[in-house]
Amino acid sequence: MTERMTDMALPPVLTLRDLTVHRGAAKILDRVNLSLGQGETLALVGESGAGKSTIAVAIMRLLGTAKVAGTIELAGEGDLLALTERQMVKLRGQRLSMIFQDAGAALNPSYTVGRQLSTTLRRTQGLSTAEARKRAIELFTSVGINDPEGRMSAFPHQLSGGMQQRVMVAIALAGSPDLLLADEPTSALDVTIQAQIVRLILTLTRERGASCIFVLHDLALASQSCDRIAVLYAGQVVESGPAHDVLEHHRHPYTQQLKSCVLEIGTKTLTAPEGTVPSHAQMPPGCRFSTRCPRALPRCAGEAPPLVPLRATAAGPLDHHIACWNPE
Amino acid sequence: MTLPPHAPDAPVQPIFELIEVEQVFEVPKPGRPLFSRETVGLRALDGVRLSIRKGTSLAIVGESGSGKSTLLRVLLGLDKPSGGRALYRGKPIGEARARGTGFARDVAMVYQDARGSLDPRMTIGAIIAEPLRHFNIVPREGEAARIAQLLDRVGLPADAAERFPSGLSGGQVRRVAIARALASEPSVLVADEAVSGLDVSTQAQLLTLLQSLQRDMGLTLAFITHDLGVASYLCEEIAIMYLGRIVETGPTDAVLKAPVHPYSAALRAAAPQFFEPLSEPLPGEIPSPLDLPKGCRFSTRCPVAQSDCQSKDPQLGKLGSGRAVACIHPITQA
Ligand SMILES: Nc1ncnc2c1ncn2[C@@H]1O[C@H](COP(=O)(O)OP(=O)(O)OP(=O)(O)O)[C@@H](O)[C@H]1O
Ligand SMILES: Nc1ncnc2c1ncn2[C@@H]1O[C@H](COP(=O)(O)OP(=O)(O)OP(=O)(O)O)[C@@H](O)[C@H]1O
Ligand code: SF4
Ligand SMILES: [Mg+2]
Ligand SMILES: [Mg+2]
Repeated sequence: MTERMTDMALPPVLTLRDLTVHRGAAKILDRVNLSLGQGETLALVGESGAGKSTIAVAIMRLLGTAKVAGTIELAGEGDLLALTERQMVKLRGQRLSMIFQDAGAALNPSYTVGRQLSTTLRRTQGLSTAEARKRAIELFTSVGINDPEGRMSAFPHQLSGGMQQRVMVAIALAGSPDLLLADEPTSALDVTIQAQIVRLILTLTRERGASCIFVLHDLALASQSCDRIAVLYAGQVVESGPAHDVLEHHRHPYTQQLKSCVLEIGTKTLTAPEGTVPSHAQMPPGCRFSTRCPRALPRCAGEAPPLVPLRATAAGPLDHHIACWNPE
Repeated sequence: MTLPPHAPDAPVQPIFELIEVEQVFEVPKPGRPLFSRETVGLRALDGVRLSIRKGTSLAIVGESGSGKSTLLRVLLGLDKPSGGRALYRGKPIGEARARGTGFARDVAMVYQDARGSLDPRMTIGAIIAEPLRHFNIVPREGEAARIAQLLDRVGLPADAAERFPSGLSGGQVRRVAIARALASEPSVLVADEAVSGLDVSTQAQLLTLLQSLQRDMGLTLAFITHDLGVASYLCEEIAIMYLGRIVETGPTDAVLKAPVHPYSAALRAAAPQFFEPLSEPLPGEIPSPLDLPKGCRFSTRCPVAQSDCQSKDPQLGKLGSGRAVACIHPITQA
């Protein structure tokens, strides 16, 4: 999947500007800037707890009581944060849809999975009950659920973790969205089915020129499936750009740390990084990685490095960016 | 062929031994009319043979839905198998479990659904304190320090103790589950996808921790994972499952270097590799566990299947060097 589908002349489909999210006093996201081109696939990678799911859920505008600032611009709709809840309800499932991280928790335990998918189909596609059932069985087949007719009447707890995840993929694809947010859609699946589901998501989204944001932890999988990558640490984007640049010519010390922890088959030595992410109460005002960074300079803890293009001349929003005072 | 338990040359008794274990779930019959109660048996485990030696580390990998979690539930005595025998130190697991706190303290579990396994109304500190108190691990005055120590071990800040599971990210919740499992100072850790969904640097911290517990303290590990890199780093041995059966076992390095079961080979080929094209899916439909293929259950998707594969059901047979495979036409090394 190396061909870039982005036409640089087209404006991005989605642009996040200074997206900042607070929960109480904790700043969960700190001035996140990201763009996504039409038909592109972007991987969000990084520290667990860094805010990857928060970004996706913020785009869906499902963050509840959290305080959200900045803008989330979706082509044709303007700033999503300025829309009414009614307008958002229309967009969800139709233009935007999301595969949630905890599939087990996202499915309703008291309804059969067939009913949950059919309901989505009736709501977003206006299908009749019989049509919805037929389409639901097709979708279950296309995500690789064995015995799709029989599984229509299964309750979530009767399915294995991997099968629940495939049900979630089917529900998310039901409305043929323009932007699919897939939060670790395959973490629970074996690698053969993972490859199958990622292919399926890419085929179904590319067929319709839709864009996709994947939250992933597997950097090799990101390289195989995504055009661009954004690396997050403690609520900040520290590096972003074309997948090859970020993975092979990364400049941020945190990206370097991630790369050094990749396990390939046969890897026997592993040096784990020291320390943990500071709690929100102890977060340094400057670079949030400074407490663990081997290259930190005196200024790093106090002054936040801005996310800037590596090549300052004629850089577009989709080019290689980095936020660091002392890059590799 | 099992040796009598007290034969003079009997090998060291394994911690766990599964002999022809079967687990059948009654599920609604497909296409049954509404309000009908007709059920059929779903064979989640079908003739599983496995032994786990003390101090070893075993990776259990395989197809989603192949029965890995079901197998762990049997090991833990949470479910009684519908057939075969499941032994813990030579005694039926159910008995060992019923006989008091020894088993529960000795064998700790990290569940696949980490969030679902934690009580949402309890703080993280209270969740970890539970096993500490239940098994009298530390005196009350040392509790807070031990909780902080356990949190630190799994890479969480000490102030996480005051938070509730809902205030933690998916990966943080997983670390709490590991900290709780380690709290009882078990000698066996049974973990279902304990590091999936973690970033690779946190994963590295936990894997190095588990490896040192395993090497230095003789912790026995049974570790379900989908990540063959993790299996290869952490586990000496591997068992590969497909549709309720173990299809290949042996030393992890040897099996991953030259898998002999065609399903193992497909799994190996599908492991993500930097900038390579995504692997081609296996041909054919994933068979339903309610309607198992005749003969070898991989035959409907197997790239090297021959006509006898549809009639003969291959059993797990020894290959030498600690390896075993259930295949009529195993892949031979080129
Ligand atoms: N409901 C909540 N209330 C308070 N804090 C929360 C809540 N949900 C998440 N957080 C905090 O927000 C931060 C970001 O969480 P988020 O779930 O976005 O992380 P993530 O990058 O998706 O992590 P993971 O890879 O572990 O899923 C974390 O520090 C988490 O503890
Ligand atoms: N309580 C149950 N009732 C009915 N069927 C069940 C039950 N639990 C599991 N199954 C079925 O048993 C089979 C094995 O499930 P199991 O959860 O053990 O798979 P797994 O290998 O852990 O899969 P995954 O990798 O997706 O977690 C599946 O077909 C599943 O649907
Ligand atoms: S800004 Fe400083 S502390 Fe942050 S990553 Fe760069 S060198 Fe390290
Ligand atoms: Mg997340
Ligand atoms: Mg499972």
